[in-house]
Order: sequence, then C-alpha cells, then structure tokens
Amino acid sequence: MVYFKSSNIISSLGFGTEDNFQSIYDGNIGISKIENQDIYHEPFLASMINENILEEKFSVLAKNYTKFDYFTKLEKMIIMSVHYAIMTTNIDISSLRTAIVISTTKGNIDILSSSYSNKIEKERAFLWSLGRVVSKFFGNPNDAIVVSNACVSGVVALNTASSYIKSGKYDNVVVTGGDIVSRFVVSGFMSFLSLSPVPCKPFDKQRCGLSLGEASGTIILSNIPIASTTNFIFSGGSSANDANHISGPSRDGEGSFIAIKKAITEANVKSMQIDHISAHGTATPYNDEMESKAIYRHGMNNAIVNSIKGVIGHTLGAAGIVETAILLEEMKQNVILKSLGYFEHGVSKPIKIANKIIDKDLVCCLKMASGFGGSNAALVISKINL
Amino acid sequence: MSNLKISQYCHIKDNEAFVNGKLIFEDIKSTNLKAFSKSLYRAIKSSYSKFFKMDDISRLGFLAAELLLKDADLSTVVSDDVSVVLSNSESTLVTDQKHQDTIADYKNFFPSPSIFVYTLPNIMIGEISIRHKLQGENAFFIVENFNAELIANHINNLFLENKSKVFIGGWVNQSRWNYEAFLYLTSDVGLIDHNALEINYLYNNMNEI
Repeated sequence: MVYFKSSNIISSLGFGTEDNFQSIYDGNIGISKIENQDIYHEPFLASMINENILEEKFSVLAKNYTKFDYFTKLEKMIIMSVHYAIMTTNIDISSLRTAIVISTTKGNIDILSSSYSNKIEKERAFLWSLGRVVSKFFGNPNDAIVVSNACVSGVVALNTASSYIKSGKYDNVVVTGGDIVSRFVVSGFMSFLSLSPVPCKPFDKQRCGLSLGEASGTIILSNIPIASTTNFIFSGGSSANDANHISGPSRDGEGSFIAIKKAITEANVKSMQIDHISAHGTATPYNDEMESKAIYRHGMNNAIVNSIKGVIGHTLGAAGIVETAILLEEMKQNVILKSLGYFEHGVSKPIKIANKIIDKDLVCCLKMASGFGGSNAALVISKINL
Repeated sequence: MSNLKISQYCHIKDNEAFVNGKLIFEDIKSTNLKAFSKSLYRAIKSSYSKFFKMDDISRLGFLAAELLLKDADLSTVVSDDVSVVLSNSESTLVTDQKHQDTIADYKNFFPSPSIFVYTLPNIMIGEISIRHKLQGENAFFIVENFNAELIANHINNLFLENKSKVFIGGWVNQSRWNYEAFLYLTSDVGLIDHNALEINYLYNNMNEI
C-alpha cells in the first residue's frame, strides 16, 4: 500500500500545511493586488509569497549548506518545502531507496529575462537542473525525476510516485513542486485574456477567469504507514487526454471523465462512495463547466465539491500537490473548506459546491486536475484504520 | 517486468528520418528544424492544416508520430487505451525564448497566445493525441539526457496497473542548434522486448547511422 506520510505547503498564506489550512478555514484570502513593474507594467491580481519572510526562513535553514552560492526564489521555495515535510518523518532522504519527483511547469523561467543575467548560470533554466539542485541540497543519490505536464503536473507526479512505491522501486518518494508568478507567465495569461479582474470565483455564475498564485508544496509517500491507527492511502490515480483542443478543455469533460473512471477503478470504489472532491476549479468559464459535467456523468451525488483557487489562485505546477495536501488535511479534520468566491451556481450540472465550511466524515475523496494540451488527471485518497 | 513488445520505432535528426531503422527521407538543403519539418511534412504527403499553427518542436513530435503510426493499426484499440509518455532535455526553451522576446520591454510588448500556449512540453502530446484520437495516460518528463529506463519503467507500470494497453514512448528535443525525435510504439504485439536495454539499442543504433 501507498501511505501519505507528511506534507508541506508554502504560499502567500503561510509556510506549512496546517498554517495554510487554518488560514483558509479562517476565511483569509491570499490573492491581492500586485504592483510590480518587473512582472507586469500594470497592477494585477495574484497570490504571492512574502519574499522577506522567505529569505529570512531560508537563511536559517541553509546555514549549514554551502554547496551553492545562490538559489533562485523557486529553488528556495522548493528546498524549504521539502525540508519542512521531511523534518516531521523518520525518512532518510539521502537513501537510495528514497526518490525525489519534482513537478513544475516553467521552473526558473525568470532566468531568461535580462535582469537575471549576471547572478546565475543559464543552465538553471533547464528544468532537470532544478532536480539536480534539490537532490544535491539534500544529498539524495538518485536523479530527481522532473514532470512537466502543464497544470496536471502535480497530480501526474503523485501518480508516478505512487507507482514507484507499488512496484517496489522505492520505499519512499518525496513529491515536490512549484512555480512562481513571473513576467513570463503573467504576460502569457494576460495575452489569453484569461485573468479575472477580481479574485477568481470557481463555479460561480459571475466567474470570468483565473487568478494566478505562486506556491511550493511537498507530499511524501511511503510503503510504511504513519504511527497512528488512522492512515491515508493513495488508492488510485490516472491521467487522460481530451484529444480535442490544445488550449481549451473538451466541452463534455471527456478526458476528465476517463481519468476519474480509471482512478476510481484502481481505488476499487464506486462513484457514490466519493465524499468530497477537490476540483481543479480554475474559474474559467469552460474549465468549471467541463468539470461539473465529468462529476455529474459519474453520478457522484454524495460528493461535495470545492476549489481553493479562490483563495490562493492557480499555483500551476504546485497546484496538484498543494491542493492534495489541503484535501488530506480536510480528511484528517473531517471538514470541507468553503469554496471561496462561490455565491450563485454557475455551471449547468447540479453538483454540490461547498458554499460554507461543512463538517462531514471524509473516508474517500477525489482530486481532479486539468490543463493545457488537453491534459486531465485524477487521484483518490482513502482513509483506513489499521 | 511486463510482456510489452516494441513493434515500430522511428527517428528524426540531422535532416534525416528513419522508420524501423531504414532511412525514408533526407533533405540536406534544410538549414533548420522549421525548414526540415516542412519538407518532411510534404514528403510524407500529410494533410493536416493544424500542422502549420504548431511551433517547431510540436511539429517535430507530430511528424515523428505520423511516421510511427503510418503502418500501425490502432482501429481496434479503444482510444483511452493508448497512452503517450515523452521526455526531453530542454522542455520548450526555444519557444520560451520567442515568448520572452515579446515581453522583454513593456514599450515593445506584444505577447501572443498562439506562442504562449506552446511554452509547455506536453502541448505536443496534445497535438499528437488530437491527430490520432488518443485519450490514454499522458506524462512528460524532463531529463538531462535520454533515459530509456525512466520511460520504459513508467510505461511498464501503467501497463501492469491496467491503465492502458498501447503506448507511444520516446524523446522529442529541440535546442538552439539541433533537434532530435525518437519514438517507439509498444503493446502486446511486436518482436522486440520492451525494456531499457532494447530501447537504448534502438536509440543508439540510430545515432550511429
């Protein structure tokens, strides 16, 4: 079996999974107006990590490491996230039996801009280089595996990691990832006219696009359970392609439907057993509509759906990891977080969106993701008593 | 270990295209990927208007898939049983630089969605999937050098977990100076065992030609 061992989230809301969960629970919002000419020449909305706190915390943890003179912001975010996640376990990250899988869409893409030129070697823009930096920092002897599959990267990384444990290739896998809010990404989404002028409103009638966010996240999977009678297992995961369009989802949610079907089949659960769904929920008109159809087609009538993107935005390569970490926390506390920004039902199917904090016994939950390239992915988490 | 077999493979690099080890096309006059991909597209008499909207690396992946699947009959296979697992070293950095050039200066600022969308390596998986109606698993890995073990292992795991029956695996890379695509098709039919040793042999054999 594949057990969830520990997790970490670093976002605008805080530097740990519990901090982030509590902050969302308390109704805080990480998305704010950003005025930073280096990123975009006009003010824009995004959820961004406080760089002063990041520096301060990183300098504390990096004191004992002198292998590199300089780390990029993203490298700091990822290293710190792995450090915090591994700290609470007895896993030996320097073991051959421990793998590191990294999820990112653009990595250190900001290196391409001229303002970076003298500080760092251009090689750090290669995504595999991010893997090398992280594994070297922690003294991990294996080549870190880098997954870059648009906005489903995080879920694909978790699915890949779970296969490594199931097949016996590794005993522990550290799944980590992140992306930053960069000029590259903000300008690109601006050109797509897909950014919302207000904090994004997943599944709401007035939703009009996404909000970007930056985060790093880590989830550690293991073949050994945690020392508790209650454990959480990775019970199924899959990905699928819409084979329809490269920049928009299939109208009927076909790829998402297939990914969910394969994930629940592997988990050996029926649609009606899914208690709660953490949707991709970007708040673009097409994405949320498509997801509502995929969920409805599966007849997941007992599931309450939410998206935390209304709080911390779309964190791209981190999203699948961060949102799965929040989902695990919800399952631990038997609480479904409010889907912030949702007031009036705005998708055609009558799926239940969490319009407030809901207490519910959560035994079996689904995480969904979709992205550019027609990509979709899903995974199922089950609570078990040992 | 799975019982998967490799039935087809192809290679595109240095102005040449090979299918199952045989040279099927060369164009020594092309000086870059853009020119070579157009000339190969014409040579294989492909007719697919979306090809001309793609960036260069997606064209490379698309053409490799055309060569790979030309003689493969996928009509009896359910679309969600065909998966695509690709890898490269440089993600989409050549296209990334094109997008970067449009945003470097805000006084001369013209980012375009038609370039930006191609700044993700799995877009080529999307293009191949649309063309051949493939709805199985997807993964794109970034590794410094071609890593047959990583791809073979991922595909074998998906097969053993009953996620999919037919797989396209391989490598599609573009740097500022060169390009290379190596794809193979694996399922329960074929003569070559699906493992890292055989895949490396097919890959390296091509490189020596």
